Amino acid sequence: MSVIETQNLSRVYQDGDSEIHAVDKIDLSVEAGEFTAIIGPSGSGKTTLLNLIGGLDNPTSGTVTVEGKPIHQLKDNELINFRLQHIGFVFQAYNLIPVLSARENVEFIMLLQGQSKQERESRAKELLQAVGLEQQMHKRPSELSGGQQQRVAVARALASKPSFVLADEPTANLDSKSTEDLLDIMHKLNKEEGITFLFSTHDQRVIDRAERLIYVEDGKIKSDEKQ
Amino acid sequence: MLFKIAWRNIWRNKRRSLITLASVAFALFFAIIMRSMQLGTYDQAYSSVINATTGYMQWQGEGFWDKQSLERSFSPDSLTWQQIEQDESVEALLPRLESFALLASDNSDTKPGFLKGIQAPLESKYFKLDEKLLEGSLPSASNNGVMLASGLAENLKIKLGDTLVIIGQGYHGMSANGKYPVVGIADLKNPIANKSTVYLNLQELQYLTGAYNQLTAAVVVPTDPKDLYALKNQLQSYTDTTATDLMTWQEMMPELIEAMEADSAGGLAILFILYLVIGFGIFGTILMLTAERKPEYGILLSIGMSRGRMALSTFMETAFLSLLGIASGSFLALPIAMYYHYNPIELAGDMDAMMEDYGMEPLLPFSLDSSIWLTHGSIMLIISLILSLYSIITIYRLNPVKAMRR
Ligand SMILES: Nc1ncnc2c1ncn2[C@@H]1O[C@H](COP(=O)(O)OP(=O)(O)OP(=O)(O)O)[C@@H](O)[C@H]1O
Ligand SMILES: [Mg+2]
Repeated sequence: MSVIETQNLSRVYQDGDSEIHAVDKIDLSVEAGEFTAIIGPSGSGKTTLLNLIGGLDNPTSGTVTVEGKPIHQLKDNELINFRLQHIGFVFQAYNLIPVLSARENVEFIMLLQGQSKQERESRAKELLQAVGLEQQMHKRPSELSGGQQQRVAVARALASKPSFVLADEPTANLDSKSTEDLLDIMHKLNKEEGITFLFSTHDQRVIDRAERLIYVEDGKIKSDEKQ
Repeated sequence: MLFKIAWRNIWRNKRRSLITLASVAFALFFAIIMRSMQLGTYDQAYSSVINATTGYMQWQGEGFWDKQSLERSFSPDSLTWQQIEQDESVEALLPRLESFALLASDNSDTKPGFLKGIQAPLESKYFKLDEKLLEGSLPSASNNGVMLASGLAENLKIKLGDTLVIIGQGYHGMSANGKYPVVGIADLKNPIANKSTVYLNLQELQYLTGAYNQLTAAVVVPTDPKDLYALKNQLQSYTDTTATDLMTWQEMMPELIEAMEADSAGGLAILFILYLVIGFGIFGTILMLTAERKPEYGILLSIGMSRGRMALSTFMETAFLSLLGIASGSFLALPIAMYYHYNPIELAGDMDAMMEDYGMEPLLPFSLDSSIWLTHGSIMLIISLILSLYSIITIYRLNPVKAMRR
């Protein structure tokens, strides 16, 4: 069974009199353990597609199924809870709660899940270690570099033990060294822990590292190949 | 951790939070000081008038309050005097006979005056009459003299030891004329009373007016003057209500209460405007804060924080901030209210004259009634919690995708 499955997925925006087909009848399936990049020009619909898959936006038509569950049918609060339990998110920026330390940010999502203090503390430590930030775990986001913040965001995304991690241009604000580091970490987690990653990017270095490339244009998949 | 987030969020924008906190504190400080002064003044005014005139509650002959005449006096036999005195809610019951007369001395024209027949030991014990004495002594059966209010003594140009002439009408049309030595002069504080009152021993006045064994008032000194209405109902059962009326000071002096309430309403109107202004200030803060936090709310909603928890967190944040302001405002107001409670402001000028018209001492003691703090603290808290609904509503309507777009 695929982790993610979309059928005939469309999202139409009304722009005055004209309609924008941001995502246009996309059929896509992602298997467990994939390391997949969605690429395409600006405005091609990458963010819209990821939002639909992550249950942040409602499709105009078509279906999104995550681990067999048709999430487009869920009500608002069910969807919030589904995201909490099944999907890890890494956004382009402002991922973290500014008033919490790195470790508290990672713990926070487990707290929302209702995990015990012990469990939270040990897992947060473990994950921050995995992203190479055990020294920084008591710092607040404002005291971390952009790359370090994104690594904390990855640790947080994994803390909830999600089915997969969605990342919309996670390296867009990073310099090349930080981009390399983040990719190394994501790749390692993918290889060693089997974490499924689905991300969008413009960045050639990220594209080079992806194992499957989905190219979208005008809301449609133009090519889809393993590399 | 929600608590932690809410608390730390307050200090994210220190300057803004401190300004908000200060404006809440200031508004509350101002409100408390103002109400403390107003309510303290009313209490003072009430008790000044009550002590100088009617007491909290009194029995009178039927219809006496409408037409204050000896003809409407009553016999103490129509009350079950002992039973009333033994009632737990009653501290004491004081007999009085009051009448009007013309007064004269060797050195002046006649002046109108107010005769009060009393039992001096009781009046001293419960109304501190002895403390008002400037010179001489209180009227008694043995000295058989009169005590004059100092203002009246001045007008009559009469001194201790001189003779006062009383020309008046007694009970059932009898004449009531007499000559008495002045045995005491007292400063009655209450300005009207101080210009007109003559105290005599009760029996002497009964004798002078021919109203033997009659009273115009039996003054109830309650153990607790708070709930006079209940006390009145309770006491009325002891009494033959056809011969007497039992009246509280509120019933006897409604115009006094009206005057105070009008003044109080003016004060409350000012506070209403103040709360409105401060409310808009707080709302401005909440508006800015909510707009700033929108992307953050979007992220939290995306990663799976429920709207309820997010709402609770901002609600706590507003509550903490306003509670801090409320605590500082209340705390700052306390020493000032305390100072002026024990060292009342003495009024001069117009206010002084106005208060004298009502027969009050021109003093402004502040009230330390905890209900002032409680009332205005709660108002402030409720205002800010209502305003925090704005962020709560925003959170409930938030669309994560839109919120994260910049
Ligand atoms: N809320 C919206 N209302 C109207 N149109 C929208 C909205 N969101 C996106 N669009 C439109 O949908 C199309 C796809 O946008 P989307 O953000 O998905 O592109 P993208 O591939 O992520 O672009 P970029 O690489 O610049 O991030 C664009 O034409 C965009 O203008
Ligand atoms: Mg995009």
